[in-house]
Amino acid sequence: MRRGAFVRELLRRPQGAFGVGWLTLIVLSALISRFWTPLDPFDTDPYSAWLTPSFGHPFGTDSVGRDIFSYVFAATGTTVVVAVASGVVATVVGVGLAALGSLTARWVRESVAVLIDVLVAFPTLLIAMALAAAFGGSLTVVVVAVGVGYGVTIARVSRSEIRQVARTDYVLAARANGLGTGAVLRRHVLPNIAPVVVVQLSLSMATSVLAEAGLSFLGYGAPADTASWGRLLSDLQKFIGVHPGSVVWPGLAITLTVLALNLLGDAVRDASDPRLRSRLRSRRTGRDTPGSPSTSGPSTAPPRATAPGAAGTPTTPGVVS
Amino acid sequence: MTRFVVGRLLLFVGGLAVASVLIFATLRLLPGDVAQAIAGTTGSPEQVAALRQQLGLDRPVVVQYLDWAGGLVRLDLGESLVTGTPVIDEVLDKLAVTLPLAALSLVFGLLIGIPLGVTSALRRGRASGVVLGTGAQLLAAVPVVWAGMLLIGVFAVTLRLLPTQGFPADGWSEPGRALRSLVLPALTIGIVEGAVLLRFTRSAALGALDQDYVRTAAANGMTRSRALVKHGLPNVMLSVVSILGLQVAGLIVSAVVIEQLFTLPGLGRMLVTDVGRRDLTKVQGELMTLTTLVLFIGLVIDLVHRRLDPRLREGDR
Amino acid sequence: MSLVIDDLTVTVGDRRVVDGLSLDVPDGARVGLIGESGSGKSMTTLAVLGLLPDGARATGSIRLDGRELLGASERELAGLRGRVVGTVFQDPRTALDPVVTVGRQIAEPLRLHGRVGRRDARARAVAAAAEVGLPDPEAVVDLYPHQLSGGQRQRVGIAMALINRPGLVLADEPTTALDVTTQAEVLALFQRLVDEQRTSLLFVTHDLAVLSRITDHAAVLSHGRVVERGPVEQLLHRPEHEVTRGLVEATRATTWRAS
Repeated sequence: MRRGAFVRELLRRPQGAFGVGWLTLIVLSALISRFWTPLDPFDTDPYSAWLTPSFGHPFGTDSVGRDIFSYVFAATGTTVVVAVASGVVATVVGVGLAALGSLTARWVRESVAVLIDVLVAFPTLLIAMALAAAFGGSLTVVVVAVGVGYGVTIARVSRSEIRQVARTDYVLAARANGLGTGAVLRRHVLPNIAPVVVVQLSLSMATSVLAEAGLSFLGYGAPADTASWGRLLSDLQKFIGVHPGSVVWPGLAITLTVLALNLLGDAVRDASDPRLRSRLRSRRTGRDTPGSPSTSGPSTAPPRATAPGAAGTPTTPGVVS
Repeated sequence: MTRFVVGRLLLFVGGLAVASVLIFATLRLLPGDVAQAIAGTTGSPEQVAALRQQLGLDRPVVVQYLDWAGGLVRLDLGESLVTGTPVIDEVLDKLAVTLPLAALSLVFGLLIGIPLGVTSALRRGRASGVVLGTGAQLLAAVPVVWAGMLLIGVFAVTLRLLPTQGFPADGWSEPGRALRSLVLPALTIGIVEGAVLLRFTRSAALGALDQDYVRTAAANGMTRSRALVKHGLPNVMLSVVSILGLQVAGLIVSAVVIEQLFTLPGLGRMLVTDVGRRDLTKVQGELMTLTTLVLFIGLVIDLVHRRLDPRLREGDR
Repeated sequence: MSLVIDDLTVTVGDRRVVDGLSLDVPDGARVGLIGESGSGKSMTTLAVLGLLPDGARATGSIRLDGRELLGASERELAGLRGRVVGTVFQDPRTALDPVVTVGRQIAEPLRLHGRVGRRDARARAVAAAAEVGLPDPEAVVDLYPHQLSGGQRQRVGIAMALINRPGLVLADEPTTALDVTTQAEVLALFQRLVDEQRTSLLFVTHDLAVLSRITDHAAVLSHGRVVERGPVEQLLHRPEHEVTRGLVEATRATTWRAS
């Protein structure tokens, strides 16, 4: 589908517009905060502890006088890095495993299939804890845990997609013409599974944001010298009895970012669905095309495989928080 | 049926085996020497060597693994590297908090997610339906920790209805008090996981609304709403059961974080502490327990799902 | 049982899917409604049943034995559906509930409209299954829809529609989704039962050949409007409107011959 038309479709929907808008804001903040923040996020000033929001401190200050706004602003960098890194790892692992599980010799295919079904049930957080126990907590642990944990889910979804594509006539024709597996993968399979993978990519990034927040809260994510929304939640948590309002800001930041990624995933999926496109066009002419889905459900099409284990939709990342 | 059951059981056992290998392997990747770490700077080389031998760390890795795995089967999770107490005892002790927490969270999640999901599907075009759908999407994006903090802020601090944190020191001897400590944590998890469940149920219900067999039932003599309930809902429930396994995994994981926030003496909180202490034996045992729980519940749900859906019972009459 | 549809108009959004349709199905008659997809035929049957989709509005009059159906309460309509009016739907793959046994579905109209006990209902379901020619009725009633073929499922649909001996049967393209051989069998069965039970029939289809076998009179629908009506014999051999002529041409492509 034409790139321009796709982007137009994407932005036309409120989910797509919000998703793109908010994420652009976050990415810009991440870039800017590398070079400049309103105040030094780690600058402590005990006399300025717990100030209420004001012009100088839009989000107020915390227990040691740090400017919460600057801290939240600076933490966008951490979020973006972790999200992108996790997304890349998850996609590479996922598509790689999926390819291994579809386009190879039968025994390899079967073993990979079983492996995927077994691994899919392992919660990402537990993987992270295991890694943290061995290597100590760090952002790398978060990235690897989400990358592998969600990567397996992507593998599951991609595998069923690849198998469908592999059965189509044009792939069979290509192979009959002597096209090697690598070329088939590149030229036919990848472009066709791209929409599904992109949606999964946005979900994996959403998972990573929640994972980083949760792990940093537990103390096994971002180190003390790195700004992180999760860490801030942990710092503020001790004072929840006295200052319950301060936690609003980092929590809101996380929520909106995860929401934006989820909605973006939904919007991408809807925008790449040709049936939905024609439906909207025909609304102007007053004719309804049959078969158009009436709404977007949970953020992804459920994998068709009836594999045992954690069967079902890899829905929004409530699995790691 | 039996072929499926056997196959599924094998998958469960296989999953446990793979999990045990992965957990063991990951923790053995620890840079540095465990014995050294425990002995600290005070220990002499001979003491460290003796400790290493005592802990069985001088044996080949495979032997160590088999030893541990063998213990797993006997429900012997070894002894804590820090305190020396049997791991299994502590694990069982903490499960007395974590399991009820998970169960209560599941109940809340189901009570919130399913009815609201069906309602939002039935009210599809109307304002209430849209509000529910959007609200669910928002809630599903909320980190569980934050939700907990907000709830604490509202219920415990402002309204003073429930305890902010903690669990009675004497455990379940006073069930009422113990339960009260679990309400807020379980509600937190229930709301967030319930939101995910709501979205899924809504999607399934919307699908059911359009089904021809609901129309057939109405043509047989039911009012449309009754047809929806009698024929649509059971099919919706069937779909919901299929993702319940994933939900429960999410629940258990959320419990780890929530126990930390609410300072509940559960398995999750102990895991977090032990990871910090690098008490590998305990961490191994705790991870294995949690993973087994997740896999086991997945197994049960798959079997139940299979039992309920006639289309899956192919080949067995 | 007679059905009189008078100036029925069904609008979906701002589009008229049925436009001023008038049709008579006298007691014991077999009337056809024919047209291409999108001509509004299915909407007509749904309007009679009161099962129009959300967002569709119907005006005009639909009288069943003199009793006005349009505007009647859902309760009233539900009381008539399955008891006095039986319906056979088009797609056998989706018309049956996948998690309920075939027997219980056949018996459903029975149990909804009368005090029929479980054992009684089962016995009558077995009898109905035999009546529609399902093999081994005693065993079939305990099967699930996915265990039957398309033709068998459609027979189940027919059994379900007729079990309460309704005065009027609405058939919405009951054979369209079946392969040609099965089509012929199911159609023959349908014809026989309608004959035996002497019900009135409104048969909706897009196939003039099928229509010619089972109905005597028909109305041709195009874009929601009746463009021609009359005895099927006449429509087949002396079509006047171009739409009707188009349908006749389509028939010639098949090997059927009207008797």
